[in-house]
Amino acid sequence: MNQFRLFPEEASNLAPQVDAIFWFEMAISAFFVLLFIVLIVTFAIRYRRRSESEVPPRIEGNLPLEVAWIVIPFAMLLVMFYWGGLVYVRAKRPIENATTLNVLGKQWMWKVQHPEGGREINEMHVPLGRPVKLVMASQDVIHDFSIPAFRIKQDVIPGAYMTQWFVPTQLGEYRLFCSQYCGNGHSQMIGRIVVMNASDYQAWLAGFVPDESPSAAGKRLFESWGCAACHGQRAPTMAGLYQSKVLLSDGSIVLADENYLHESILEPAAKIVASYPPIMPSYRNQLSEEQIFDLIEYIKTMQSVARPPGPGIPPTGPIAPMPAPSTLPVTGDSPRRIPNNPPERHPPGFDIPSNLKSP
Amino acid sequence: MTSIPYIPAYATAETYLNRSYRIRSWLLTVDHKRIGILFMISITLFFVVGGAAATLIRLHLLSPAGTLVRVETYNRLFTLHGVIMVWFFLIPSIPTVLGNFLLPIMVGARDVAFPKLNLASWYLFIIGGSFTILAMIFGGTDTGWTFYTPYSSQFANGHVILVITGIFVVGFSSILTGINFIVTVHQMRAPGLTWFRLPLFVWAIYATSVVQVLATPVLAITLALVGIERIWRVGIFDPAVGGDPVLFQHMFWFYSHPAVYIMILPAFGVESELIAAFSRKRPFGYGFIAMSSVAIAIIGFLVWAHHMFVSGISIYAGLVFSLLSMIVAVPSAIKVFNWIATLYKGSIALKTPMLYALGFIGLFVIGGLTGVMLATLGLDMHVHDTYFVIAHFHYIMVGGAVMAYMGGIHYWWPKMTGRSYSDFWGRIAAITIFLGFNLTFFPQFVMGYLGMPRRYAMYPPEFAVYNILSSAGASILAAGYLLPLIYLTLSLKYGERVGNNPWGAVGLEWETSSPPPVHNFHKPPVVTDEAYAYHKLKFTPES
Repeated sequence: MNQFRLFPEEASNLAPQVDAIFWFEMAISAFFVLLFIVLIVTFAIRYRRRSESEVPPRIEGNLPLEVAWIVIPFAMLLVMFYWGGLVYVRAKRPIENATTLNVLGKQWMWKVQHPEGGREINEMHVPLGRPVKLVMASQDVIHDFSIPAFRIKQDVIPGAYMTQWFVPTQLGEYRLFCSQYCGNGHSQMIGRIVVMNASDYQAWLAGFVPDESPSAAGKRLFESWGCAACHGQRAPTMAGLYQSKVLLSDGSIVLADENYLHESILEPAAKIVASYPPIMPSYRNQLSEEQIFDLIEYIKTMQSVARPPGPGIPPTGPIAPMPAPSTLPVTGDSPRRIPNNPPERHPPGFDIPSNLKSP
Repeated sequence: MTSIPYIPAYATAETYLNRSYRIRSWLLTVDHKRIGILFMISITLFFVVGGAAATLIRLHLLSPAGTLVRVETYNRLFTLHGVIMVWFFLIPSIPTVLGNFLLPIMVGARDVAFPKLNLASWYLFIIGGSFTILAMIFGGTDTGWTFYTPYSSQFANGHVILVITGIFVVGFSSILTGINFIVTVHQMRAPGLTWFRLPLFVWAIYATSVVQVLATPVLAITLALVGIERIWRVGIFDPAVGGDPVLFQHMFWFYSHPAVYIMILPAFGVESELIAAFSRKRPFGYGFIAMSSVAIAIIGFLVWAHHMFVSGISIYAGLVFSLLSMIVAVPSAIKVFNWIATLYKGSIALKTPMLYALGFIGLFVIGGLTGVMLATLGLDMHVHDTYFVIAHFHYIMVGGAVMAYMGGIHYWWPKMTGRSYSDFWGRIAAITIFLGFNLTFFPQFVMGYLGMPRRYAMYPPEFAVYNILSSAGASILAAGYLLPLIYLTLSLKYGERVGNNPWGAVGLEWETSSPPPVHNFHKPPVVTDEAYAYHKLKFTPES
């Protein structure tokens, strides 16, 4: 980590893809820079002014040449655009079976929360070869979660969740930086990423004695803030909500992912569930981002009551639409929730701790 | 235009310089040439302040823990450096100095269209600059020149409002200058001077002026909104009060990306003039160079979100802005190819201005190609906000815009002052600046790809070697910039007097005396030929 290098280590699935584009563009760039240097030096020597009254021949231009140096660079640029876009889209694409880590940026530290309850500051332990999904929030200003060895970088904008996927591919320790200027502690908002073998990672997690798992903390918050007083009665139930599709009052349908839940807590009026009145107050400045992380972890564990009974609750499978609360008028026959098919798969034991499977 | 008569300037009765020596005659002048000189003195002072801040930054970064100042001070230093260099040096540099001095002469006019408005531009510049200097004296601020919200509107320390006010005011200076130049080019051209007989410098300044007039109001609105949010906590950009921080970035870059072209387009114009004059040739593909300036001015408005690829904009927005950013690289490439083709079979004289011009091509090409890398989505998500970006835009802004400004100053200095400077020292300085610049900024590309983030007051030890190289280069660069300050100042007193056309160049400005008379021409010019009729150049025994 502290060694002098000319080129960064490649420690994630994205790194070789990013570097391939880099070397491709470097080769083209080096070619043109050398070409121009050779031409300039050659012309400057060959056509140097030999007498003060010298007047060179007149050359106005050359249309085929102009077309050539418009079309050829443009074609090269299109290749660069296409290749770069491909890697970008790939990097933004969700990876199945990813372990979700919650990352909170605040002046001036990174807090990482593992689903089982391990919490770290300015460090992040991840298992080798296992996909990781980061759900990132900022408590104050814009930060940027950047791991050069993984070639990933994402601004963490306050007010919304940012997500990032990657697969670590090389054991070792790597730098974590805040790359978006955030104040006096900006250059100290750095940390360490530790890539471990899956078994070492499990042992490391087990060695953690968490005070309380995130979802348990969320359950406590859910009860102490009296969320259940409305939700399930006058307001939509939380059961089975996560990763379902929700019909809104304006007719649009949204996926109830982390960002939707986060927004609905802070800005309830932004997306109103169809046929429910907009009665929920904003919890902005009342709940911290860490508490919201916990709440969402708890909401993720709340499974639908309308689910067919069976031994335990399978982590996969379609989630049934919720029956409309009887106290509210039902407009037409449009379902409030459209079953999400297929839902995100969770590795067993990650998002749904066994003690919380049955509400 | 076929022959250049020799009129010794000091023998003529009156020039714009010796008309009056009273301070009042300078401060209340409406002569575009004097206003150009006023701007030159003012922006040189700001360059010294911004350069001093850069020097302190590079000294501080000599060691990983920081050697010189506290973190708070460091953050204020890079903010000061950015604000001063962008708004008080780079944006005004070529348009207000060389543009003011030369544009009316190049179109054969007595002055700009609105001489008093022109003076108002300078006063607005001074008022805006005073706010910023005042803010600096009170301790400055630590937002960075980009004023990203919600940091700038809720969290920043220091005098954000004062700095914003300074930039707000200086923006109007920029707008007024732009309006003045647009009207001048449309309305004041000499008889026979059709659009496609205009020098390429005029085309470039014209395109720049359009961008200045259209983009700068957006900056004014954006900064005003930041001020409103900071003072009254009206939720505009801060999500804690219901705002959207990414909205700020859209608005800011909608101005600030075109602002990059406000800085580099005039440099392209100067470059075309230098290459033509020191190759004694019509620029290869004149029409293509002229139209590429216009194309850059238009497409330049459509690429702003390439500053935001990692700011959580949608994938589709990312793809669209990446493609548009690739497209804007094409007209820049056209220019470079045409400049190099102009050298072919030319009569190349490696005088001081030409060294700057050739250095410009090399540095601008590196800056441009690394810009293409940054516009590539898959690469940007790695190098965004690192020293790779710092190196890239310094290659464009310093390697491009400042080199062109220096080249232009050296080229037209005899015209402005009527005296020549030491070409030997000029060339020494040009080479020193070129080498010092590369040593300062090339290591930053490597450091950036390794991941060193920008705006770090302290850094991990593995980056120390690159930072030391960079700081060493900065000291050479600083020496390179001090040299012209010395020999150009000395030339005012000791420089040899020159004739109308010391370089043997073609252009209306070389047909009038050096320095020009108050109304630019002894008799109003009539243009009968294209801008670069070098093939008709005849030499009278002059120098």
